[in-house]
Amino acid sequence: MDNISRRKFLKISAATISGAATLGAVGKLTESVEQFSGKIFRNGVQKIPTFCDICFWKCGVIAYIRDGKLWKLEGNPEDPLSRGRLCPRGTGGVGAHYDPDRLKSPLIRKNDRGKEEWVAVTWDEALEYIARKMQAIKSEYGAESVAMFSHGIGGNFLKHTLKAFGTHNFAAPSFAQCRGPRDVGFKLTFGEDISSPERTDIKNAKCLVFLGYHLGENMHNTQVQEFSEAIQNGASIIVVDPRFSIAASKAKYYLPIKPGTDIALLLAWMNVIVNEKLYDRDYVEKYGFGFEKFKNEISNYTPEWAYPETGIEPEIIRRTAYEMAKHKPATLVHPGRHVTWYGDDTQRSRAIALLNALLGSWGRKGGFYTPVSMDLPEYPYPPYPKPNKPKVDNPNSKYPFAIETITNGIRDATISGSPYPIKGWFVYATNLIHALPNEAETIKAIQNLDLLVVIDVIPSEIAGWADVVLPESIYLERYDDLNVEWFREPFISLRQPVVESPHDQKPNWWIAKKLAEKIGLNEYYPWENIVDYLKYRLTAGGYDFEELRTKGIIKGTPQPIYFDQGVPAEFPTPSGKIEFYSLQLAQAGFDAVPKYKKPEEAPPGYFRLLYGRAPVHSFSRTQTNRILMDMYQENEVWINHVIAERLGLKSGDYVKLKNQDGVVSNRIKIKSTNRIRPDCVYIVHGFGHNSKMLRYAYNKGASDSQLLTRYVIDPLMGGTGMNVNFVTIEVEV
Amino acid sequence: MNEITNTRMNPSIDQFLSIWNWEIPVYLFLGGIVAGMMIISGYFLFKGRTKDVECSCYKIPFVSLIFLTAGMIALFLDLEHKAYVWRVYTTFKIKSPMSWGSWILLLIYPVLFLNILIRIPKFLSNKFPFLEDLSTKINSHPVAVRNIGIASMISGALLGIYTGVLLSSLGARPLWNSSTLWILFLLSGLSTAAAFIHLIAKSRYESHLLAKADNVFLSLELIVLILFLIGLLTSTQVHIDAAKLLLNGSYAPAFWVFVVGLGIIIPLIIQIMAVSNKIPHTPIAPIMVIVGGLILRFVIVYAGQVSHWFNAQLLK
Amino acid sequence: MARYAMVIDTKKCVGCMDCVVACNTENNVPEGFNRDWIVQDARGSFPTVNLEIRSERCNHCDNPPCVYCCPTGASHIHNLGGVVLVEHKLCIGCKACIASCPYDARFVHPEGYVDKCTFCIHRVEEGLDPACVSVCPTYCMTFGDLDDVNSEVNRLLNSRKHHSVLPEAGTKPQIFYLE
Ligand SMILES: Nc1nc2c(c(=O)[nH]1)N[C@H]1C(S)=C(S)[C@@H](COP(=O)(O)OP(=O)(O)OC[C@H]3O[C@@H](n4cnc5c(=O)[nH]c(N)nc54)[C@H](O)[C@@H]3O)O[C@H]1N2
Ligand SMILES: Nc1nc2c(c(=O)[nH]1)N[C@H]1C(S)=C(S)[C@@H](COP(=O)(O)OP(=O)(O)OC[C@H]3O[C@@H](n4cnc5c(=O)[nH]c(N)nc54)[C@H](O)[C@@H]3O)O[C@H]1N2
Ligand code: SF4
Ligand code: SF4
Ligand code: SF4
Ligand code: SF4
Ligand code: SF4
Ligand SMILES: [Mo]
Repeated sequence: MDNISRRKFLKISAATISGAATLGAVGKLTESVEQFSGKIFRNGVQKIPTFCDICFWKCGVIAYIRDGKLWKLEGNPEDPLSRGRLCPRGTGGVGAHYDPDRLKSPLIRKNDRGKEEWVAVTWDEALEYIARKMQAIKSEYGAESVAMFSHGIGGNFLKHTLKAFGTHNFAAPSFAQCRGPRDVGFKLTFGEDISSPERTDIKNAKCLVFLGYHLGENMHNTQVQEFSEAIQNGASIIVVDPRFSIAASKAKYYLPIKPGTDIALLLAWMNVIVNEKLYDRDYVEKYGFGFEKFKNEISNYTPEWAYPETGIEPEIIRRTAYEMAKHKPATLVHPGRHVTWYGDDTQRSRAIALLNALLGSWGRKGGFYTPVSMDLPEYPYPPYPKPNKPKVDNPNSKYPFAIETITNGIRDATISGSPYPIKGWFVYATNLIHALPNEAETIKAIQNLDLLVVIDVIPSEIAGWADVVLPESIYLERYDDLNVEWFREPFISLRQPVVESPHDQKPNWWIAKKLAEKIGLNEYYPWENIVDYLKYRLTAGGYDFEELRTKGIIKGTPQPIYFDQGVPAEFPTPSGKIEFYSLQLAQAGFDAVPKYKKPEEAPPGYFRLLYGRAPVHSFSRTQTNRILMDMYQENEVWINHVIAERLGLKSGDYVKLKNQDGVVSNRIKIKSTNRIRPDCVYIVHGFGHNSKMLRYAYNKGASDSQLLTRYVIDPLMGGTGMNVNFVTIEVEV
Repeated sequence: MNEITNTRMNPSIDQFLSIWNWEIPVYLFLGGIVAGMMIISGYFLFKGRTKDVECSCYKIPFVSLIFLTAGMIALFLDLEHKAYVWRVYTTFKIKSPMSWGSWILLLIYPVLFLNILIRIPKFLSNKFPFLEDLSTKINSHPVAVRNIGIASMISGALLGIYTGVLLSSLGARPLWNSSTLWILFLLSGLSTAAAFIHLIAKSRYESHLLAKADNVFLSLELIVLILFLIGLLTSTQVHIDAAKLLLNGSYAPAFWVFVVGLGIIIPLIIQIMAVSNKIPHTPIAPIMVIVGGLILRFVIVYAGQVSHWFNAQLLK
Repeated sequence: MARYAMVIDTKKCVGCMDCVVACNTENNVPEGFNRDWIVQDARGSFPTVNLEIRSERCNHCDNPPCVYCCPTGASHIHNLGGVVLVEHKLCIGCKACIASCPYDARFVHPEGYVDKCTFCIHRVEEGLDPACVSVCPTYCMTFGDLDDVNSEVNRLLNSRKHHSVLPEAGTKPQIFYLE
């Protein structure tokens, strides 16, 4: 296991780099920036609006350019997402532009996969190579055998090219490794999902309940800002987490739950609220379906029953249930976001949905609002060819309630060749080695490919496995598709270049367009430059491109977002109501009302491995950003200080973590703390890079992903529960 | 348990890393010994005992000049913005011991020169014969020599006091937060100076005399050191913690062995026996005193930087 | 006259370090150095923990030892709002001020002079809030004039329990933390 998982790093043969300087067809590229020359890039300070891409929240940014150089990034006060303030990662986005470890030119692998040797090539050569391989795959296996993994808005144009090519196998880790179970659980209950940005009305909540949701470390900007507003307004906060998180430090009630037992707690809460008739009776009567059956099902789940499971005293379960009921319907039991924990995640999310339904918070102020958006027509492209084969990730609807493509489903198909072979991967802005559990499987799948193209900005671990690496301009150096957001108020925002790319990096739209041209799909790109595309869409919607370019945001008229304001209370479920009892689940052979299953216990001497966010980092993408790394340079393993003392460890000592399958991590520092249960340890995700070209990040801290050799698939939607690994602590010698 | 996490990554301002390295203790030591020398030679000049104690009166001023200059070089080496050093002489800051120090140093040099003029070293008078004339002139007025002695004592005392006040004015470091620190440094300056003369004086009388004087200084120094520690130990928790750094903390070995043991008590015993003619004089005792004085400055400067207002919280 | 101060609500601060990042970009603070920093002060034992998070920086003390000990006048009290500043051109880098500051708020800039938080006086003079205050996503920092009885800082200090860091060091710090 260890030797395949050790990533081979990129090695560029220096002699060929000079070749990259002579660029053929690329002259036009920088047009988007150049057309502002003189107008925007003059001496002194210029402010240019755009939106952030350090995570997927898409906050509006004002970039300050001083003497032609990127100086700082601030929030765009006009933008409803940032409200004029960015999170630390957004503020530190400056470091992404100046990152000395960026990819500088396209690279083609020279030797066999595994012996990574690279040649720097021109864009023309790289795209030519890719096009040839794609055509070969298409003629041998069909266009569907090319799949794409992407994360974020930047992938839109490449997706368009690949759709035109004839495939429909597109997946993002944001479903099966992130919010998928939540969205499915809520959709099964209310007929609509939560989506991103979350439709949670945190700022108006009088009682806020977080299960694991660790705002303050999770820095999704508007959520954090609203959390602060809720604190200011004196909201009662209840935090359930095995770790005393930042959010927990703001809570009136902190429930140090035993990991993996949240469903038991949720059932007990619902039991109290139903038995003591504390729920919103009008609401449930009016909108609920199958309430009586539901009531029967949960009748045995008393707080006394939940106590030995969760470790939370019955008294506290009751008191917190009363607190929630007291503030209903302005009680928000937050659905969380990264919920792929134990494989029963859709059912847990459904339990959260049901608790909210009892409190009447869906559609209500302080609960879940109904997001609104602006109408903007798509670009009128010619229709895409119809794929001949179904999507590859979920054959025969094995996971009947999946509503998006399952990344690990594509990976499985690539390994097994079934239901049909997958021979080409495009990987755009997702570091699959860190994002998917069990990296050995990812590498096994890669070994079956004829073509792996990685479009990235830094030499990430996944880039290390690629046949072709394409260096993209970072978000501050390019246009992207328009962001037509679903939010509290309707608006459109624009990402536009604020500085030029320092080397031969190109924006995704250009890459996608040039690639389409190479494979003869010119008709799908009737526009010359992305500005033409953006102008077209905006004009078709009745908006002005120049206005958007100078303001960064165009807002629509505010619309009602709560039932009380006249939003129709519609629930697009099979029954048209809130499904307390789900017939569709029952028909598919699942529990119609969530049931609790004991989590697997840790073997003796092992701790459950939990992971989460550091406020200054995004996943595995910010560890070469010097500004952000300056804030937090390596992750630490949190361990209860009584246990640490017993093991003879103190904060700052280096140890290694070894999981149940014998995988040993990089060395990592101990954080001996009073802020975590004794049965689990916790590390921040995204560290422990083993790509040597990530000079600054290399070997700093340990990688949670590397230790997640096990995962439990959620049978409803195919997500990968990843909190199911156990580690021991090995003292460094 | 109290768990404090500080995100400050800057090692230059971390409370457990030093602000000042070897340069400052060396400077303080040299400043101290020069102060002691000036007081001693000034005293003898004032008393007109130039004949009894030739070394103190005639050699020591020149040695002081060299030591002081070496100390100034150490201080200069420590400055981060060396090209701007002249800025200290564009102003006088009454609350700043550093400023006082800079100006005192300006005062010391002329006094030392006058001191040296009383008896010009051979190599100088060979080169600059006019100096010899000046010297003769000064020596013909005993009052002038006495006044030079007074000036020498005063400026020496100022210098010695200043080296202690410099630290004790920096209230952020509890170990230095003591009004006895200047007395301690002054006495240490005197004891190391006396030891130095004891060591190099050719005349047995002078050597013996200064050994006697040294015993007085060392005894007083020991008492003041005890007072210094008692002062800290009877103050707030942070001061107690600071004293503990010396008493049983990370600086205790250096403090007990080199400063107290080998630097004061043992040489004191040896010298008490030597002055009462129980044993012959040995160069070992004065060398121990001098090294002890140097290590005292190192221990106080280093431990002082570690002592901190936050320690009390951190150590709990 | 004005007396500038900061009031920081520890109930709202999440310790995200945006204030630190923003200070670094606004003021070109060199890599490896910070003018502000976060302290997490956790007391108690699991699960009964009390966590206070503080965004700390130079306290712009009313009784600033760093100014008193400076031999050149490089460290000085600015005529606007009692802000403690370092005039780079006067600083010889003797580090007496660093040794004198109980908060370790100062550092030697790689260019040789001593540097620290300026309360973003260049922004304040333009009527803006300091960079750290203006970015904070939890709106937990308030900058203002203590001499103005109607200021927001006074309103907060009058309405909430608060403390400063190490008042016992006697420097009269001007950053206040709401409890
Ligand atoms: N072990 C573990 N796995 C997880 C998670 C976890 O916490 N632990 N979290 C899960 C969750 S919630 C999510 S949402 C996913 C996130 O998964 P990903 O979105 O894959 O996150 P990253 O690991 O940051 O990988 C992003 C990659 O995109 C590159 N990139 C950044 N900016 C650009 C750009 O502008 N253009 C291009 N072309 N590339 C760019 C980065 O360099 C990096 O290689 O991971 C999931 N997987
Ligand atoms: N700074 C920063 N912010 C981010 C991101 C980032 O990369 N960096 N990524 C963004 C994205 S895409 C996502 S999906 C979100 C993820 O952020 P969240 O949705 O908040 O992720 P969680 O998995 O809930 O967070 C992990 C927390 O759950 C706790 N936990 C672990 N196991 C259990 C359990 O069994 N029960 C309970 N109740 N709690 C448990 C952990 O102790 C930890 O505090 O963050 C977003 N925000
Ligand atoms: S939450 Fe932070 S990183 Fe994400 S888009 Fe907003 S500012 Fe950028
Ligand atoms: S930016 Fe605000 S919330 Fe974040 S650490 Fe600083 S003061 Fe606290
Ligand atoms: S905090 Fe330190 S640097 Fe700032 S004014 Fe006070 S003593 Fe001076
Ligand atoms: S380092 Fe500079 S600012 Fe500090 S005391 Fe010395 S001269 Fe003054
Ligand atoms: S006031 Fe300005 S200089 Fe001071 S910490 Fe805040 S941003 Fe930095
Ligand atoms: Mo996510």
